[in-house]
Amino acid sequence: MTNNLTQEITRTPPRSAGDDIKEASGVYDQTDISVRPEEFRQRGPAEHREKTFELRNVSVSYGGNRAVHDVSMDIFHKNITALIGPSGCGKSTLLRSLNRMNDLVPSAKVEGSLLYHGADIYGPKVDPVQVRKVIGMVFQKPNPFPKSIYDNVAFGPRTTGIKGDMDDIVEEALRRAGLWDEVKDRLDDNAYGMSGGQQQRLCIARCIAVEPDVILMDEPCSALDPISTARIEDLMLELKERYSIVIVTHNMQQAARVSDMTAFLMVELTADEKSRWGELIEYDDTSKIFTNPGDSRTEDYISGRVG
Amino acid sequence: MATDEKPPRTARTRLAVAGARSSTESVFGARGRGDRLGNRFFLAFLLLGMAMAITGLAAMIIWAIIEGSPRLSMDLITNGPSTLAPETAGYRPAILGSIYVIGGVIALIVPLGVGAAVYLEEFADKTRWWNRLIELNIQNLAGVPSIVFGILGLAFIVRSPLSLGAVPAAGAVTIALLVLPTVIIAAREAIRAVPPSIREGSLALGATQWQTIYRQVLPAAMSGILTGVILAVARAIGEAAPLLLVGAVTFVTSDPSFFGPGFTTLPTQIFDWARRPQEEFQVLAAAGVLIMLALVLVMNSFAVWLRNRFEQKW
Amino acid sequence: MTTAGITVSGGGAGNSPRRSLEAPSPRYGEKTVKVILAACAGLSVLVTTGIVLSLLSGAADFFREVPIHEFLFGTTWAPAFADAHFGVIPIVTGTLNIVFWALVVSIPLGLLSAIYLSEYAPNRVRKTIKPMLEVLEGIPTVAIGLFALMFLRPFLEDVFPFLDWTGPHAIGVAGVAVGLLIVPLVASISDDAMRSVPRGLREGAYALGASKLRVSARVVFPAAISGIVAAIVLAVSRAIGETMVVLMAAGARPQITFDPTKSAQTMTAFIGQTATGEISFGTIAYYTIFAVGALLFVMTLVMNLFAVRLVRRFREVYE
Repeated sequence: MTNNLTQEITRTPPRSAGDDIKEASGVYDQTDISVRPEEFRQRGPAEHREKTFELRNVSVSYGGNRAVHDVSMDIFHKNITALIGPSGCGKSTLLRSLNRMNDLVPSAKVEGSLLYHGADIYGPKVDPVQVRKVIGMVFQKPNPFPKSIYDNVAFGPRTTGIKGDMDDIVEEALRRAGLWDEVKDRLDDNAYGMSGGQQQRLCIARCIAVEPDVILMDEPCSALDPISTARIEDLMLELKERYSIVIVTHNMQQAARVSDMTAFLMVELTADEKSRWGELIEYDDTSKIFTNPGDSRTEDYISGRVG
Repeated sequence: MATDEKPPRTARTRLAVAGARSSTESVFGARGRGDRLGNRFFLAFLLLGMAMAITGLAAMIIWAIIEGSPRLSMDLITNGPSTLAPETAGYRPAILGSIYVIGGVIALIVPLGVGAAVYLEEFADKTRWWNRLIELNIQNLAGVPSIVFGILGLAFIVRSPLSLGAVPAAGAVTIALLVLPTVIIAAREAIRAVPPSIREGSLALGATQWQTIYRQVLPAAMSGILTGVILAVARAIGEAAPLLLVGAVTFVTSDPSFFGPGFTTLPTQIFDWARRPQEEFQVLAAAGVLIMLALVLVMNSFAVWLRNRFEQKW
Repeated sequence: MTTAGITVSGGGAGNSPRRSLEAPSPRYGEKTVKVILAACAGLSVLVTTGIVLSLLSGAADFFREVPIHEFLFGTTWAPAFADAHFGVIPIVTGTLNIVFWALVVSIPLGLLSAIYLSEYAPNRVRKTIKPMLEVLEGIPTVAIGLFALMFLRPFLEDVFPFLDWTGPHAIGVAGVAVGLLIVPLVASISDDAMRSVPRGLREGAYALGASKLRVSARVVFPAAISGIVAAIVLAVSRAIGETMVVLMAAGARPQITFDPTKSAQTMTAFIGQTATGEISFGTIAYYTIFAVGALLFVMTLVMNLFAVRLVRRFREVYE
């Protein structure tokens, strides 16, 4: 099984997941930091990497019911971090707590410490609106606004007050999302006329246009066909040159293909099976999780024995 | 609220059992020509019922056309009322009065109705008792008889504390309060129909809640809100009962002003003519009905068309 | 739980935030908007309070002069006469007459239309008739009143010549006209209720070979009963509160009668009649408006609360 997966990974074209896994799994381990400091900080040994998020004993509950319990992990700068696990394990909940989208559910409560570059995301002076400006999000189902393609991209910069020539901002965002050539002649068309894959890339463009530091992606490909999925995966690998990306996915191959780090969460039950919540089982380099997991539950899940 | 917590399962089960029993009966029961004939009769019966309903209401419109059309001329709109010359009397002050009242109604219900709907859908925490109270209160207000609003208008708007007197403004406030619940209910439905994913998408881009509402939710809900407002305005045009209490039935021959005493409106003027026994006045009333019907039916049709046309499929 | 190396804190570069997470401005506008919107919603409570206060204070003045039992159980209503009587029973029976005749018309016509629309009508027909009903729902009541007075009254005399018709006003005619007015309301709420019955329930019955008649009458109708009852309760409430039709077609004579051809006054018609007449502020006749209005308000409020609860029930079961 593990073998199959490695093959699957190495079959993917160059300049994609295969390389990243190689890099992450040790190429830079002994490298002198002075040679390529930037990459060392991103792909080198964990203790030297720059942290975007530091989660310490994070629990999220809805109206008293625990959804995620006691998660501690570091999410690294300009890495793609995948959250995987069976449905109901709270991976989306965890993701949404990173940019305070959980605030929209009145009964949601986040405990523990959740730091973004050392600053508490749930600190008393922190403004959720500003958090979401810095930490963008792409959703499971493409959700373009019922407006023109142009207005979809321009909405964020306009409302957040980003200065500059709007046409340039829109073009730049669409280019980075790999959508410019497809839509440059129909910027005034309604976004609902696009294909699902295009809509999702538009949502990514929309997110980029606000110039975030981090992009959170909540199962961004689950509503898309394989070809659109492949395009978005390629796009993610390009985007990580500039942004830190956290992706929730139920597709293990996807996690293996694109991510540098993988966190495996699982559903835990109380003895009487009355309540359930998600817990972090294992978090490590993607190559390690998929080739040599440290926990038997991870191995069972990855090899398809459970979940 | 105890009844709300009753598990729906029991009702479902009961219905499912009833359905199964009925079907089983029909399988084992006699079936064939008798049953088919019964079906036919039933359908005929249904069609008859609906035909009667529609005929009854259509007869009203046709009657108004037949009865009122002989008096249909520009006199009807440009002339003032007269008890001496009913053949040339018209509705000029009444139409102007109606325009003032409706103008005031629109100016009040659009901001108040949409504002309340936005609050209830986007801001209100449903677990708070005061928000549930507001909700229940609006549902009940929608069912309060219009004449009771007239009493409110008489006691509080014509007299102190507002002390406007029997003026078009008082009529506008009274009617606006009357139709406000229907506007709120329609606007809430339109806002609720905008999927949460639009809000999430906007908030995730760092837009504030109000920016999200103002730039995304409200434009997307616009056609639904507009439909609700038009239906409310159409109702306001035809509403007479509360205006009787705020004094809109005086015999007015001069053009009204918004805060000036002595006004009448189209429906109250029609009522005034209809009370008089002479045939000419009744015809005049029918002609007034014709104007009002045309106005109201066109507005309603437009509103319904608007909703069906722009009903967004998310 | 986690691999040892990963959770080591400290080290690495750049522990300071890239960008501030604090609000660039205090966003006072945002808070102000919320307060304004809440005030808009709160206004409705103020309106209800205003209605209750105006009715109560007026009614209190009335009951200072007239004992409450005389008002509720008296059988003569003559508030404007020199020898004034304030027994509300005659105008209440007038209202009940209206409700009765309105229901006689609107329940069968409304329910038959609803069953046809929800169970039998092809989609195309439904799409034409439903909006048509909605448009007709908005016909001004003054128009219906005039129609009842000038057309329906002579028409019904032609249809039922053996009845004892006298004078231009008849409570039965007004009731029928009110019934026509509320048919669209009954039809559209019952149609919604029947259409919210889950498809599975119908299909289950059809799959076992039940005929359409059986499915409609034995499965859908009973399943939608709370919604249908709600529609009827709302219809009753509308009929109680209807003013213009009654004022124009039922006349202004407060008397206890159950003869549909006779003139009789209702509660609403009394209020309308009194308001258009010459009454002066502060007289007992003026305060009767409030006493009758309070009674009217209580009656319709009970009906509406009941209907709201029923509608919520059928929504909860199926949605």
